[in-house]
Amino acid sequence: MDGLLEIQDLRIEGRAQDGWREIVKGVDLTVAKGEIVGLIGESGAGKSTLGLAAMGHVKPGLRIAGGSIRFDGQELIGARESALRDLRGRRIAYVAQSSAAAFNPAWRLIDQHCEGPVQHRVMSRAQAGDEAVKLYREMRLPDPEQIGFRYPHQVSGGQLQRAMTAMAMACRPDLIIFDEPTTALDVTTQIEVLAAIRDAVRDHDTAAIYITHDLAVVAQMADRVKVLLKGTEVEEAPTREMLAHPREDYTRSLWAVREFRPSPRAPVTDPRPILRIENVSASYGALPVLQDVSFSVPRGRTVAVVGESGSGKSTTARVIMGLLAPTQGRVVFEGQPLVAHSRRRPRDLQRRVQMIHQMADTALNPWHRVRDVIGRPLEFFLGLRGAAKEARIRELLAEIELEPAQFIDRLPGELSGGQKQRLCIARALAANPDFIICDEVTSALDQIVAEGILRLLDRLQRDKGLSYLFITHDLATVRSIADEVVVMQKGKVVEQGPKDRMFAPPHHPYTELLLSSVPEMDPDWLTRLLEQRRHGASGEGAGEGARGNAA
Amino acid sequence: MTRYLSLLRTAPLSAQLAMALIAVYAVTALFAPWLAPYPESQIVGSKYLPWASPHWLGTDALGRDVLSRLIYGARNTVGIALVTTVLAFLLGTTTGLLAATVGGWFDALSSRVVDVLMAIPSLIFALLILTITGTSVVALVLVIAVLDSTRVFRLSRAVAQGILTMDYIEVARMRGEGLGWIIRREVLPNAAAPLIAEFGLRFCFVFLFISALSFLGLGLQPPTADWGSMVRESAKLISFANFSSWQAATFGLAPLLPAGAIAILTVAVNMVVDWVLHVSSGLKD
Repeated sequence: MDGLLEIQDLRIEGRAQDGWREIVKGVDLTVAKGEIVGLIGESGAGKSTLGLAAMGHVKPGLRIAGGSIRFDGQELIGARESALRDLRGRRIAYVAQSSAAAFNPAWRLIDQHCEGPVQHRVMSRAQAGDEAVKLYREMRLPDPEQIGFRYPHQVSGGQLQRAMTAMAMACRPDLIIFDEPTTALDVTTQIEVLAAIRDAVRDHDTAAIYITHDLAVVAQMADRVKVLLKGTEVEEAPTREMLAHPREDYTRSLWAVREFRPSPRAPVTDPRPILRIENVSASYGALPVLQDVSFSVPRGRTVAVVGESGSGKSTTARVIMGLLAPTQGRVVFEGQPLVAHSRRRPRDLQRRVQMIHQMADTALNPWHRVRDVIGRPLEFFLGLRGAAKEARIRELLAEIELEPAQFIDRLPGELSGGQKQRLCIARALAANPDFIICDEVTSALDQIVAEGILRLLDRLQRDKGLSYLFITHDLATVRSIADEVVVMQKGKVVEQGPKDRMFAPPHHPYTELLLSSVPEMDPDWLTRLLEQRRHGASGEGAGEGARGNAA
Repeated sequence: MTRYLSLLRTAPLSAQLAMALIAVYAVTALFAPWLAPYPESQIVGSKYLPWASPHWLGTDALGRDVLSRLIYGARNTVGIALVTTVLAFLLGTTTGLLAATVGGWFDALSSRVVDVLMAIPSLIFALLILTITGTSVVALVLVIAVLDSTRVFRLSRAVAQGILTMDYIEVARMRGEGLGWIIRREVLPNAAAPLIAEFGLRFCFVFLFISALSFLGLGLQPPTADWGSMVRESAKLISFANFSSWQAATFGLAPLLPAGAIAILTVAVNMVVDWVLHVSSGLKD
């Protein structure tokens, strides 16, 4: 095998409170010329650290403790900074997870694109500009001649991610490192980025390291997959082989969320829905975001609201919670119309409807200890004090599967992402609610942690007869937990009904698009899907519908 | 409490040194009557005595003991600066956090009032007001506190606005928490770090401001000892300084003593502030 990149027994340490702690514990990785290697694992597995190390770079606070990183025969560990600088961008390129954060907002795309080739003296500015347009066309960006003259905020997230990939390819590198390039995107946008990346990388015979936590995505992209867990290698195999016969239990558990099914339902005792949304329209200033939205949530059931970002899912939640007054229509809870502003609602009503936010990081006050986070609603809604409150806090912690003695005095900063989300669930539960809105509660979490959260929510629903409104853009999650599905697009409900009917044809075209965009474990899925779409919707693309006017 | 003590132990040398210096200043200010060898404003000898026993730092233009006046000066200058800064902060953070949280007309009104106050150069504004009210200590403290609270208002409002966009504020609002809880329990702890840093800086500015006013003759009035007016009184001596002998040279150093006292405290406070900023930014991640 012609090894372009050879990493052997790499050890990377991070500064901890008591000295240095190993984060990458002796990992080997070889990438041949033109080969795409997928790195998967949950957060904290050391994927990104390993990816950056392939460029001879470690983040501040980390250091390389041992091993070797050879790129094209050249040792990168201990190499001079000037030698590394010469390699980076020219022969090894990097595509970050959030292109919105990685682009400088003050410069046009094409100026940022040309910086690398000009700096490395590979091309003149004019040449680099022409090349950029070519690459934009290859990445299937709309209007490739002109798009480079826009600023990062003037193009969509999916386009920006493709522009970022084009930029990485500016110097025709031998190796590109993709660090979760589609994790922040909607499923429908993800497809286009995946297809563009895959084709561009193959056409140029570029080697790539593709980092992700989604096995289905890596199945489409990689020739070979390496699974990491806590800085060590779990297993490595060619993609098809790993998907067909995973050797380790851990690898199998990586797609557990796709297999999770809710517990069997008791028949509905009370046919009246717990919550009804009737013809609600809402707007932010003059901008309408919701138009005539109506649906209802049956008692003790889960209704999933799906749609891309900007479809009005979260706005619906804000209207229910009384944070945004509808311009039209009303929300009926237990047969009673809700007052538009949460502040004017009776306290008992505020108690019965709770919400769990997407980002547990920003939903928890960094200076409130676990005790206070859960204790406050107990005190506020139920009037618990002293020993009774303390006992209930411990009970709730046990309920969300966090050891009370260990966690009760921690600050949010001392919890992991999944633990923080559990704490948010406990805070909602503390109020003894009947109805909980879960706003993308699992999207910021990796699959194994997300599955744990879904199981917890399912158990709580069964034990307490809770009703959920589950907002998500992830159809795998919907398939796991929902009883009914509401599909939203551009502020309108396009389709709704029981889950089984929604997941069976015939679909509304938009539902069809969403459903078919969820990556499957089959390595041929993306190729097949693109074929189908090309034939099905001849001329007009099913996704963004934007094609470059090749001049 | 032990947590804070252990935090103190991990402080860098510069911060520890600075804290020791501040402690010395505090002790001097608190126990001035016991530490000073002579009373504050009593004439104890002839004018401009050189640095020698029993007047270790000599005497001033009226024959008062300079060492004693320096020690009393710590009490007056530092004490008044501290009271002023605390007042400025009480006023500034309360209105600033309220303006950010309540918003609407209260925010608009208070922000415009602050804009107007900030539009006038503060030294000139203070001089103007003090000329009208007369130069009592109370007037001095109130005027400087109000002027300085405008800066604190701006800062606390800006910091609070950032915090108010967080989801945990939304959670508190959805729970139906009152204004007091949101400001005290949700916003204030998160705004504390920049506010503490600002407190340190503001304290120094107030300190220098009072000294500047004293220097101009509108600060603390004689015979009260304060460092600003001591600099003013002895400034002219520099031009007569004669470095031919040690005894004569000390004469020229007289204005440097109160100036040095101001400078060292300013530097020490800023070192501690730097450290506090470092610690609080480290706690965030």
